[in-house]
Amino acid sequence: MQELINRAKALLESGEVARVLGWRKGENVWDVEPAFFNNAEELENFVYNGFCGANLSKYMIEASKLEGKTLVFLKPCDTYSFNQLTKEHRVDREKAYIIGVGCKGKLKVENIDAKGILDVIGADYPDAAETLTVKTLYGDTEVSYKSAMLERCHVCKGKEHMVYDELIGESVDTIDADRFAEVAKIEAMSPEEKFAFFQSELSKCIRCNACRNVCPACSCRKCVFDSNKFDSAQKANTTSFEEKMFHIIRAFHVAGRCTDCGECSRVCPQGIPLHLFNRKFIKDINELYGDFQAGADIDARGPLTNFQLDDCEPDIVTKRG
Amino acid sequence: MLKINKNNLSALFAKIAESNELYLPVKSAGKTNFAAWDEAAEVDLDTLKTVKSPKDAFFPQSENLYSCHKEDGKTKIVPEKLEDAPFVVFGIRACDVRAIDVLDRVFLSEPVDSYYAARREHGIIVSYACHAPETSCFCKTFGIDCAAPAGDVVTWMIGDELYWDAKTPKGEKLTALVADLLTDADAAAVEAEQTAIRSIYEKLPNGTLSLEGWGAEAAQTRFDSPIWEQLYKPCLACGTCTFVCPTCQCYDIKDYNTGNGIQRYRCWDSCMYSDFTMMAHGNNRTSQMQRFRQRFMHKLAYYPANNEGMYSCVGCGRCVDKCPSHLNIVKVIKAFGKEGV
Amino acid sequence: MSINNDFRPTIVAFCCNWCSYAGADLAGSSRLAYPADVKIIRVPCSCRVNPMFILRAFEKGADGVILCGCHPGDCHYSTGNYYARRRMTLLFSMLDYLGVENGRTRVEWVSAAEGVKFSETMNSFVEKVRSLGPNVRLGDLRCKN
Repeated sequence: MQELINRAKALLESGEVARVLGWRKGENVWDVEPAFFNNAEELENFVYNGFCGANLSKYMIEASKLEGKTLVFLKPCDTYSFNQLTKEHRVDREKAYIIGVGCKGKLKVENIDAKGILDVIGADYPDAAETLTVKTLYGDTEVSYKSAMLERCHVCKGKEHMVYDELIGESVDTIDADRFAEVAKIEAMSPEEKFAFFQSELSKCIRCNACRNVCPACSCRKCVFDSNKFDSAQKANTTSFEEKMFHIIRAFHVAGRCTDCGECSRVCPQGIPLHLFNRKFIKDINELYGDFQAGADIDARGPLTNFQLDDCEPDIVTKRG
Repeated sequence: MLKINKNNLSALFAKIAESNELYLPVKSAGKTNFAAWDEAAEVDLDTLKTVKSPKDAFFPQSENLYSCHKEDGKTKIVPEKLEDAPFVVFGIRACDVRAIDVLDRVFLSEPVDSYYAARREHGIIVSYACHAPETSCFCKTFGIDCAAPAGDVVTWMIGDELYWDAKTPKGEKLTALVADLLTDADAAAVEAEQTAIRSIYEKLPNGTLSLEGWGAEAAQTRFDSPIWEQLYKPCLACGTCTFVCPTCQCYDIKDYNTGNGIQRYRCWDSCMYSDFTMMAHGNNRTSQMQRFRQRFMHKLAYYPANNEGMYSCVGCGRCVDKCPSHLNIVKVIKAFGKEGV
Repeated sequence: MSINNDFRPTIVAFCCNWCSYAGADLAGSSRLAYPADVKIIRVPCSCRVNPMFILRAFEKGADGVILCGCHPGDCHYSTGNYYARRRMTLLFSMLDYLGVENGRTRVEWVSAAEGVKFSETMNSFVEKVRSLGPNVRLGDLRCKN
């Protein structure tokens, strides 16, 4: 971590970058927050540990509008989002100095099955431990690093950075599950079971819009759900349908552009597995139009802004059963 | 002081539900929220904090106010029926009970909100002491004792027994309804439990925060502080903090076109949203910093200014747990505490 | 599930101005019958149909939604229907994934000369939706009263 701070200080001092976008220490080890640092003194509060799950790419939209370059720290999966935003002209590559940081899987404090957590030891980078020691009000306990990982880290896209100016730090492979297994499981259900599953998940939705606001692909200046001329507007969770409408459209608007960064599922206060919507679109796109990973190739045409003369007809949905 | 064994709780709930709608913490799809009780409900009294607060029981996230439609060429307006049947909300924590007090001062002062008033009149609060406070709790900062909640009936879970103490006439009435299921108990057990809870609370990292400099005068002294500019940056402008908050009471009123008529409804609004308090001329808070400041100034300065110094934060810590960017009122209070004004 | 024979579904048909809308006209002037349950909405191209239009139709009470456009290769704007085809495929697949009955949505390519096809398509689609019964999984409860 000190290496990252030192490098940031050097780049600030040399004038190469005007500010640093990274993570700032919180009250505890797990409540780090995304932050801009303007000088060496502020960088003393910089932190990079297992709880730095936040994808900083989206903050680069605002940073691209500022004078001078911004030094941004991106994890391997964050670089897909950055690439996608560059492709959509929402961030300016020239305004970014990207340090690709290593990643050993990111953690979610809610995934630690313990009450009254005071401290989590072993989440430090680069020496993350296999086993986390959790200090709590009610005694100490140990949990495996993997069991506290975010869902997305279990189906990691790989530890290779898609875009960077320099790389610092080692990564560790964290993949231990099939990315599309959950989607396939739902696909195999009967319509009644599918409906019941999504109904029970989506009825928890409180329309806080965190999934939308955190999403690097949701970068519209004004969202259709914020329009006050539209009566399914943002705030009311009046019927279960509205939530379905919101979630289908949210996922559809990012279909073909979603890099599967998993931020939507990370931030949902009700723990709705929102990635299941995005991943369904990705799975369909892969199966019907050929494998595609948004953000991997900046020049590739997105699957929904492209077509083949012999694409399948929409009734394939019925035909494939 | 009365008590009931844990194993008899479902009988207790069934008895209450015979004549009252009963809301209590129910686990569904992995998360615990207040919901109506039925035989199939998975009641969860172990989770300290429901994701959403029980505010919904008195001030639902969305509710119809009235509907209108054409009938014989004339517009007919049908107001929504006010709550007129008793209902019980079981398992409200001390902080959330205080939060209802905060809401009362808003909705029950003139002009009285009739929808809210009707629910308050018919709602019976069965509060539930916090056996195991969590790290994010800071209710004592606001003078709340999580070992001794307010409410019509106060309960404690001690071992396998739920201790039950009616505090108000409403509570007495409910107790009479379920008297057959309750047995006499010794108050000493409750006192021991309270001592235990308070000793755990003492160990909390943010249990008692200093509120020096907050209150009515902060509206003048802290409004223009440069600290806001440093604090708000990571804010995503989502509504998580406001929607999980037990005291946030801002709402919006909207019309929904059903195709056959109009339903006028109100729904919670969030000061974090760009169209919050939007008027014909536009919006009076145009940046996220202003919106962010509004939320905390409302809780710690404007509300106390209008309510004899009472803060409209109750220290439940839901925003501490849920903010996607880990911003929260504790960080705000501490940032100002560190740097003075 | 017993089929209610009295059930008259509400069908929304989005028809491209350059082909199926004229196809509907031709069906009419050729005195070919199709059920009055079909409400046609004219769009400038099948590609104009946003997934939200379809969901809105269901929300506001439609029991089935059909999109008609020019045959692939015949789009008035050259390629609009190819994009529509991908979008609708993904949307229909998502609806299926959410447990909405297959068959409430359909895409059919109908040219201006195909009055017969238009009428047959509408007849078979209405019959299909009628057999599925009223749409409950995508409707907004507020629109029911």
